[in-house]
Amino acid sequence: MAVSARPRQALAIVGAIGLALSATACGTGSSSNGGSSNADSAECAPYEKYQGHDGKTVNIYSSIRDIEADRLAESWKQFEECTGIKINHEGSGEFEAQLPVRVDGGNAPDLAFIPQPGLLARFAERNQLKPASDETKAMAEQNYSPDWLKYSTINGTFYGAPLGSNVKSFVWYSPKMFQEKGWTVPTTWDDLIKLSDTIAGTDIKPWCAGIESGEATGWPATDWIEDLMLRTQTPEVYDQWTTHEIPFNDPRVAEAVDRAGTILKNDKYVNGGFGGVRSIATTSFQEAGVPITQGKCALHRQASFYANQWPEGTRVAEDGDVFAFYFPAIDPAKGKPVLGGGEFVTAFTDRPEVQAVQTYLASGEYANSRAKIGDWVSANNKVDLANVANPIDKLSVEILQDESSVFRFDGSDLMPAAVGAGTFWKGMVDWINGRDTATVLQGIESSWK
Amino acid sequence: MNFDFAEQSPKLMMLLWGLVAFAVVVGGLLVLLDAVPSYFARRREAQFAAATASGAPLPGRSKPREGMFATFFLLPTVLLLMIGLVVPAIRTTLLSFMDGGSQNWVGLDNYRWMFAEDSIVRVLVNTLVWVTLVPLVATSIGLIYAVLVDKARLEVVAKSLIFMPMAISFVGASIIWKFVYAYRGEDQEQIGLLNQIVVSLGGEPRQWLLDSPLNTLLLIVIMVWIQAGFAMVVLSAAIKAIPADIVEAARLDGVTPWQMFWQITLPSIRPALIVVVVTISIATLKVFDIVRTSTNGNYDTSVIANEMYNQAFRYGQNGQGSALAVFLFILVIPIVIFQIRNLRQQRREG
Repeated sequence: MAVSARPRQALAIVGAIGLALSATACGTGSSSNGGSSNADSAECAPYEKYQGHDGKTVNIYSSIRDIEADRLAESWKQFEECTGIKINHEGSGEFEAQLPVRVDGGNAPDLAFIPQPGLLARFAERNQLKPASDETKAMAEQNYSPDWLKYSTINGTFYGAPLGSNVKSFVWYSPKMFQEKGWTVPTTWDDLIKLSDTIAGTDIKPWCAGIESGEATGWPATDWIEDLMLRTQTPEVYDQWTTHEIPFNDPRVAEAVDRAGTILKNDKYVNGGFGGVRSIATTSFQEAGVPITQGKCALHRQASFYANQWPEGTRVAEDGDVFAFYFPAIDPAKGKPVLGGGEFVTAFTDRPEVQAVQTYLASGEYANSRAKIGDWVSANNKVDLANVANPIDKLSVEILQDESSVFRFDGSDLMPAAVGAGTFWKGMVDWINGRDTATVLQGIESSWK
Repeated sequence: MNFDFAEQSPKLMMLLWGLVAFAVVVGGLLVLLDAVPSYFARRREAQFAAATASGAPLPGRSKPREGMFATFFLLPTVLLLMIGLVVPAIRTTLLSFMDGGSQNWVGLDNYRWMFAEDSIVRVLVNTLVWVTLVPLVATSIGLIYAVLVDKARLEVVAKSLIFMPMAISFVGASIIWKFVYAYRGEDQEQIGLLNQIVVSLGGEPRQWLLDSPLNTLLLIVIMVWIQAGFAMVVLSAAIKAIPADIVEAARLDGVTPWQMFWQITLPSIRPALIVVVVTISIATLKVFDIVRTSTNGNYDTSVIANEMYNQAFRYGQNGQGSALAVFLFILVIPIVIFQIRNLRQQRREG
């Protein structure tokens, strides 16, 4: 029997290869047929202006992976069917490191979703990016506020519209726990501190935090500093800080850092469920908020995307297991500062089909198509709240579309990578680990050239 | 299992092409390697035959043809070395004199930065600590272990135990040790071995990897754990190769085990010892995985290779990254020279 198994195996392999070959033939045939036959149907009407590139392929590179990538593919499926443009998306966990390598190596993708305006600027300054087409620009200007578009405009040239967004000025809490203990959601900074003191008087610590994130360790702490820069200073000072018009060790920056320290470096406040202040450095950001569900901590400042990090079965809703409130302003008279992030659709080639995709991704049709699939937020003002199912996403979109919001992009993503993804992260790790504010800020300042 | 052939077909096709390309290239090379020498051999034979037939003097080994023959065999290697080693090395050196975007010349700025920036000086010091301690400790442990288990009962088992870590990748080993050093709050159950020991002895749990310079030493332990097995295996083989008559003669002279070690064993295995130390030193100089996996270079634990990667690939500072690479290269040179001189000396003695 063992002897006869061999040929059968070989047969199976040959069969499989044959099948694969025939499948390729079928695959290409059916998709092109499908494209042209559907193109004139009613549901393809919104895609009419993108048509005329049948059979072309556009390659997209991003940091979006797994289920998020599947949702992405689903979101432009109809676009592909109606226009016949095939979109190849590749997500990588090493996106930020690999993209420059690919670009320098002459293997640039057609489009990349770049989450760091700093990185975008680097490509733009080296003339590696293609400016966005007039159509893309017009579409972006219709759908996004200038607050957003300025981040992808380098020296007056516009390079691409934002895609997804997130709101970072959130404090996660457990509505159930708050109700049981009779705590109320704070709406001012003073209330927040009062609440923290109240909780510190009970047997749990009010705050939990974690900044460990593999090679990006430190970034959650930089978000804290940015949020407090926006709260202790004006948005203008914030802009000067992120563009290095004021030094990194300016007293105003030190003030914001020290203000963050009143929570993060306060042994009475942190680190619920994990240990002392220094345990923040080694707690992974994914786990950092979990003690809320175990009743070991009450508050956790983290972006809207943290909704996906809760243990399975946790209900994220205003009356559920966990929810988030807006990280309150210190001086409400200065408006409602919102810290956020997002990725920009930038092009490395300027073929017409690439520009068509770039324009489409900036459109309201796309934003709603993606929003319907779920777990997604965009600053695109065409997003219909009815299409946003998830309560936290809904809250985020409301905040982003709120007129009184003063939006600012995540500062560390605006700075040059050597600072924003380097010494600022590392400096925050040292700061949590016990180094004083002045020394840390001095170190970051000296690395910014 | 959900395996859609239609969906995977591009990948399968790519795989198929890869296999075909592999077969063609390797097969082609093998055929060439077989055909060319036999062609030359046949020609020579023919010349030889012609010469004997005509009674003319036998043709001597023609020098130019020999040269061509050698060139043919050298060419692929030289080409690959040029592409993979020489050109990149020259380019890196050039880049180290340019700015972050590799557009303007900045002279020695990157090297000045390396020694002026506190955090980078720290990196250099750490590397120095690594390269001093790891070869020394790993080789000593390997040597002592090899001597102790030599001819002991269950020698094979004892040796495999210490050799096993060699089979684990640096990243794997670092993850294992990260669990050893793991920390949980005082009121919780410890999951880290080290902290559990400390707690059961009545101490307080510590965050081992946060305290400099202790953390660098703890990372060095990981490297030693991996490399000691390598040292042990090589040195053990060397010990076994010591001629029995020398050992016997020494025994007859009545040496103590101590004298035996210092005057017979150690001098006899000196060449192997040097190879081990040199190999471990070079491996240590380029250590990257352990630091990156365990602490990512935070808490003052970074080393040159890690910082070089950060600067060049994450921060987009090609100049500074290249300068670090060149510096690392310069550090390796003396070790390599030492090794080559040693080899030559041995050959002369041999």
